[in-house]
Amino acid sequence: MQKSLNIDPAKCTGCLQCEMACSLENEGIFNTSKSRIKVFTFHEEGKFVPYTCTQCDEAWCMHACPVDAIVVNAATGSKDVVADLCVGCKVCTIACPFGTVNYNADSGKVVKCDLCGGDPQCVAACPTDAITYVDANATGLDKMRQWAGKTDTTVGG
Amino acid sequence: MAWTRQILRVNLTDGTCIAEPLNMDWANQYLGQRGLATRYLVDEIDPKCDALGPHNKMIMATGPLTGTMASTGGRYSVITKSPLTGGVACSNSGGFFGAELKSAGWDMIIFEGVSPRPVYLNIVNEVATLEDASEIWGKTCWETEELLHVAHQEPQMRIASVGRSAEAGCLFSAIVNDLHRAAGRSGVGTVMASKNLKAVSVRGTLGVGNIKDPVRFMESVTAGKKVLAENAVTGEGLPALGTQVLMNVINEVGAMPTRNMQEVQFEGAHKISGEAMLEPRASDGKPNLTRNGGCFACTISCGRISTVDRQHFSVKDKPQYWGNSGGLEYEAAWALGSDTGVDDLDALTYVNFICNEDGMDPITFGATVAAAMELYEAGSITKQQTDGVELKFGSAEALCWAVEQSAVSAGFGADLNLGSKRLCEKYGRPEMSMTVKGQEFPAYDPRGIQGMGLAYATSNRGACHLRGYTVSAEVLGVPEKMDPLATEGKAGLVKAFQDATAAVDSAGLCVFTTFAWTLDDISPQIDSACDGDWSPERLVEVGERIWQLERDFNMKAGLTGADDTLPDRLLKDAAKSGPAKGKVCELGNMLPEYYQLRGWTPDGSLTPETRSKFGLPA
Repeated sequence: MQKSLNIDPAKCTGCLQCEMACSLENEGIFNTSKSRIKVFTFHEEGKFVPYTCTQCDEAWCMHACPVDAIVVNAATGSKDVVADLCVGCKVCTIACPFGTVNYNADSGKVVKCDLCGGDPQCVAACPTDAITYVDANATGLDKMRQWAGKTDTTVGG
Repeated sequence: MAWTRQILRVNLTDGTCIAEPLNMDWANQYLGQRGLATRYLVDEIDPKCDALGPHNKMIMATGPLTGTMASTGGRYSVITKSPLTGGVACSNSGGFFGAELKSAGWDMIIFEGVSPRPVYLNIVNEVATLEDASEIWGKTCWETEELLHVAHQEPQMRIASVGRSAEAGCLFSAIVNDLHRAAGRSGVGTVMASKNLKAVSVRGTLGVGNIKDPVRFMESVTAGKKVLAENAVTGEGLPALGTQVLMNVINEVGAMPTRNMQEVQFEGAHKISGEAMLEPRASDGKPNLTRNGGCFACTISCGRISTVDRQHFSVKDKPQYWGNSGGLEYEAAWALGSDTGVDDLDALTYVNFICNEDGMDPITFGATVAAAMELYEAGSITKQQTDGVELKFGSAEALCWAVEQSAVSAGFGADLNLGSKRLCEKYGRPEMSMTVKGQEFPAYDPRGIQGMGLAYATSNRGACHLRGYTVSAEVLGVPEKMDPLATEGKAGLVKAFQDATAAVDSAGLCVFTTFAWTLDDISPQIDSACDGDWSPERLVEVGERIWQLERDFNMKAGLTGADDTLPDRLLKDAAKSGPAKGKVCELGNMLPEYYQLRGWTPDGSLTPETRSKFGLPA
């Protein structure tokens, strides 16, 4: 079964545990500036929105890469950057419509979410289940259940 | 490890920013943040110096766990000599600023001297520069954040600043970071403004590493998060209702200071409670509370994000206050509400917004308005001073007027900005000031919760709930239930809470974790991150050393055992209603035993044995 990240911004409190878990897993340090998932705060509206790569099937970044350094991970379906091949040209960062592939000036390579190889650490760290890792075919199931629960089934209702 | 081992010394007189290695001997004795910065302060300033003069220093300090994944590990404190109490000030704040400072590579910043003109400190990792602040001087904290983000084209920069109240010399000004988090108490913002320092802006992209045993650290962090999630207070009550979960609880136990502490129960408590913040409004069907929000790394997320009803008189013509911002915490709701007798939730939310925007401590502000209302009703203050405003208990209009006056120190606002002690002295009724060592009480009447009376009287920063929160045991039963009306055993309880809290603060964690965590949960997190032995016993020892050091500073600054007392109202006037009806605070039953447990003389001075036991500096 292929799984994907499912983000429910209504549950996010903006604590950045996901960003730290991501940087720890990928960079070995607590450093939110190096996280592949970002939580955006909309102060006036009172909302927090976590945002990261959705692992498009026909990934713009993958197709744009001139050296085939972005490859499909057969086990998870994630689109992974092969650091040894990446030349840091940043074409993928331009091609991605969502901004979720980013250049890391320290390494001279691009970085993006690789689902931690199938055990996403942002999911493990999130205290409110705002980020979950679920069956890719059923990411809408919770929302469906929520709305289904509003159905009035009383007789004559 | 876990410390960055680098501190930044900023001499505002000379305009220099210099890196220094952290004193690791002191870190080993005082851990970090509150304790370690106090050790620096004690070493570097004359305790008798003028708090607002050039010889006072101000330290912004993180703890070893600040900037890590330890739950709530995002805090910093501001340590300086207080202009309100004349003793040590240590004000703790959450939000994201502290973690950003740590991530830029700094354990603390020591500010010394006075800048010849308004400046702000800008930090981008190892590069720190003093910049001209003429564009932001005279602006609110909210305007300052926006202007600095635009000026530096850096939306991810974190900012701590002072508002217009501090510039005008308000004695209870806060330092506000991330728009609605504040190092709030004891006038630390006033000290910052006195140095002509408007703001500190930080971008840190270096991260926090240097963890002694990363695997064990993450195991203990994950275990700690689980304990918080499964606890009824930190896992349910605080996320759902915030600290406002306490409003109805404390009112029922008869410990809700009301109308300048003349009464112990407020008939309007249910209208300004956490539960009331969830009720849909008649006007637009929306509740006051939009959602909860977390500070950096916090898995409790007690923060309130709220709106004011757009049709409310306070904001009807001010669309700039129609959006979401930091909502009412229990202390603000009590001080602005119950203590002034105002039960208008929208008015309190608006006043809280203004306290955040222009940097006033809402506890001291609310309590000072309450004192002014009593002075007005007693005829000591008249409409002549208030520009015709009826400054009566229960008036939401008067409260909103007062906060606008205080924010810019206009008219009667300049009187309010003295704090209640100086205000009541000015108008000839010093007995109406509800303060200890010049600082106003928080939201627990010590006639109904006796241990808090001792905690207030002996707090090193004046009346304060965050030095030793015995409400935990006396009301909530954590770690075990004690009778709130009894005095027996309270001396030991207060001491234990004071020492443990000093250690928690000094780690960079939030004291609210202690509703669920004991030192047995906290110790493995510190011990696996930091060099040295950080067993629970060692943390208690470090906590007590910090307490003794703060006390020693206060004694050298001129405070004495005679200052360890409460206003007569709490010692002589019995509570009028509720479970504590007929009770006064029996401080005299607790204080001598407390002094003995602390190793102090009967008049409250440190004995030579105590000084040597904790290795205090001469």
